[in-house]
Amino acid sequence: MKENTLRNDNLKAVRKSEKRKGYKIPWTLHLMVLPAVLLVFVFSYLPMSGIIMAFQDYKAALGFTGSEWVGLKHFRYMFENDYFVKIIWNTLLFACSKVVLNLIIPFTFALMLNEVRHMGYKRSIQTLVYLPHFLSWVILSGILIDLLSQTGIVNQFLMNVFGLDKPIFFLGDGTWFRITIIVSDVWKEFGFNTIVFLAALSGINPSLYEAAEVDGAGRFKQTMHITIPSLVPILIVVATLALGNVMNANFDQVFNLYSPMIYQQGDIIDTFVYREGLLSGQFSFATAVSLFKSVISLTLIVISYRIAYKVAGYRIF
Amino acid sequence: MYHKTLPYRIFSVFNYTMLGIISIVCLLPLFHLLMVSLSSTAPANAGLVSFWPVDFTFEAYARTFENSNFLTSLGVSLKRTILGTAMALAVNAVAAYALSKDTRVFRARNVYLWYFVVTMLFTGGLIPAYILILKLGLLNNLLALILPGLVTVYNIILLLNFFRTVPKELEEAAFMDGAGHLRSFFSIYLPISLPAIATIALFTMVGHWNAYFDGLIYMKQAEKLPLASFMQTVIVADNMTGFDVSVVINKSQRTIKAAQIFIGALPILIVYPFLQRFFVKGVVIGAVKE
Repeated sequence: MKENTLRNDNLKAVRKSEKRKGYKIPWTLHLMVLPAVLLVFVFSYLPMSGIIMAFQDYKAALGFTGSEWVGLKHFRYMFENDYFVKIIWNTLLFACSKVVLNLIIPFTFALMLNEVRHMGYKRSIQTLVYLPHFLSWVILSGILIDLLSQTGIVNQFLMNVFGLDKPIFFLGDGTWFRITIIVSDVWKEFGFNTIVFLAALSGINPSLYEAAEVDGAGRFKQTMHITIPSLVPILIVVATLALGNVMNANFDQVFNLYSPMIYQQGDIIDTFVYREGLLSGQFSFATAVSLFKSVISLTLIVISYRIAYKVAGYRIF
Repeated sequence: MYHKTLPYRIFSVFNYTMLGIISIVCLLPLFHLLMVSLSSTAPANAGLVSFWPVDFTFEAYARTFENSNFLTSLGVSLKRTILGTAMALAVNAVAAYALSKDTRVFRARNVYLWYFVVTMLFTGGLIPAYILILKLGLLNNLLALILPGLVTVYNIILLLNFFRTVPKELEEAAFMDGAGHLRSFFSIYLPISLPAIATIALFTMVGHWNAYFDGLIYMKQAEKLPLASFMQTVIVADNMTGFDVSVVINKSQRTIKAAQIFIGALPILIVYPFLQRFFVKGVVIGAVKE
């Protein structure tokens, strides 16, 4: 006890002397952030300056300084292009359906899981449904391509059990392709998206349920009047934050599943940028398209974070 | 009380069954693939394999491991994953420690934080990134797969939030004993934060193992391709040439492809149990705000 007081006095003395000395620049701390700062500068900020390409006719031989300035030519070309409108539509269609389904299904799943009282069973289910999240789209596409091929097990099942007379062209038919993209994304992510709601569920005050039970509310009424209202704030946060992502329709997934025959119904902004830019060498045009996307995304992210902060006090750091 | 009512019991049975079916459906595709890979070629091509191997054989695996391209890619992936994870941990953890300090201690903290966060919101996009790697002369270099993604702002924020929960008294005691920031980081913060560090390590490892796109665009030599990129070209891109043709090509290779896919997924399946223990905690940590 005596030693403790001594130490406290000592600490106070040290603090006082530090205060008198004023603020000392913490060089060690600066040094500790330095590697990250340099790396981010080179690999994140330098590419940002590359955006000027979008306003030039970039030629690799001439570089940024020598290439001709063309102003908004690439942007004008972009908006006059019918195909471009299709791509925006595809991107929004994929992203929005995924956002909606990835809210409703994990929400419902979390509610169902909440009714499981056997902890071992609950945990095994969680383990199984989280797994696809960690497998890459290359792996999952490999699996899906085999599964959904014309001789694959899904078509066999549909033909044998439901008497379908000819196999469905899941990855070759525009409409089926879109359905496949949306459903497979939900299959991969719904389990993982459940975590947020499960965390929120565990934070509900148990005395609420006890009180409801005393008042004679059954489980259904408890869910309707306690569980769901308690989850609404987190639901709103997740939904608003998802808003910032509507220009991202998941490059990895589409890239690994699409093929030239369904470009019209399956192409999204990112895959288009990849093909135009890296495969056809139209650096400037592709950069203009991706800049257009980035600016809209940024605006949406800022708006959604503002809303999330206003509604639920959400902050990133 | 409600547990004993009849309607709730009926619901319970329904609920347990539904959840069971859903979780099995999540895994069936992977399981089916495993079974295909363990069957012999003829029944697999005829589509006779469903959820049990027909003519059980390891032939597909044997042939996969005879493929020298597959083996070199596996090597590249292992190197990339180990090196990339180690470097990422070092850089991000150290930065997170500095940024977890109060502005009174570290006045520039918020400036740095915004400097990092901006890169989460806005990027130059694919083409400028590619040109940068080209100009740095990093094509065909393993560093092109590691350096660009080395700093993960999300992980830094996750870690710094965790560091902030470490009691201040511990650090003060260390400073009293003459420790500096480096010493306090290594002797106090690191040991205490092992769960958080492990979470991030596992996430980074999985990320490196699964990454395929950077390998695809930056590696022009076949022997430099990481496994995921290699698989992308062999298994997935094969299909892009059009469906009808590939059905014919695929037929002879169905079991081998299945074996390759399964081997590609295997490391994830192995680390997954460890990962799973940590990530629920990790995600929740990420949600805890100052």
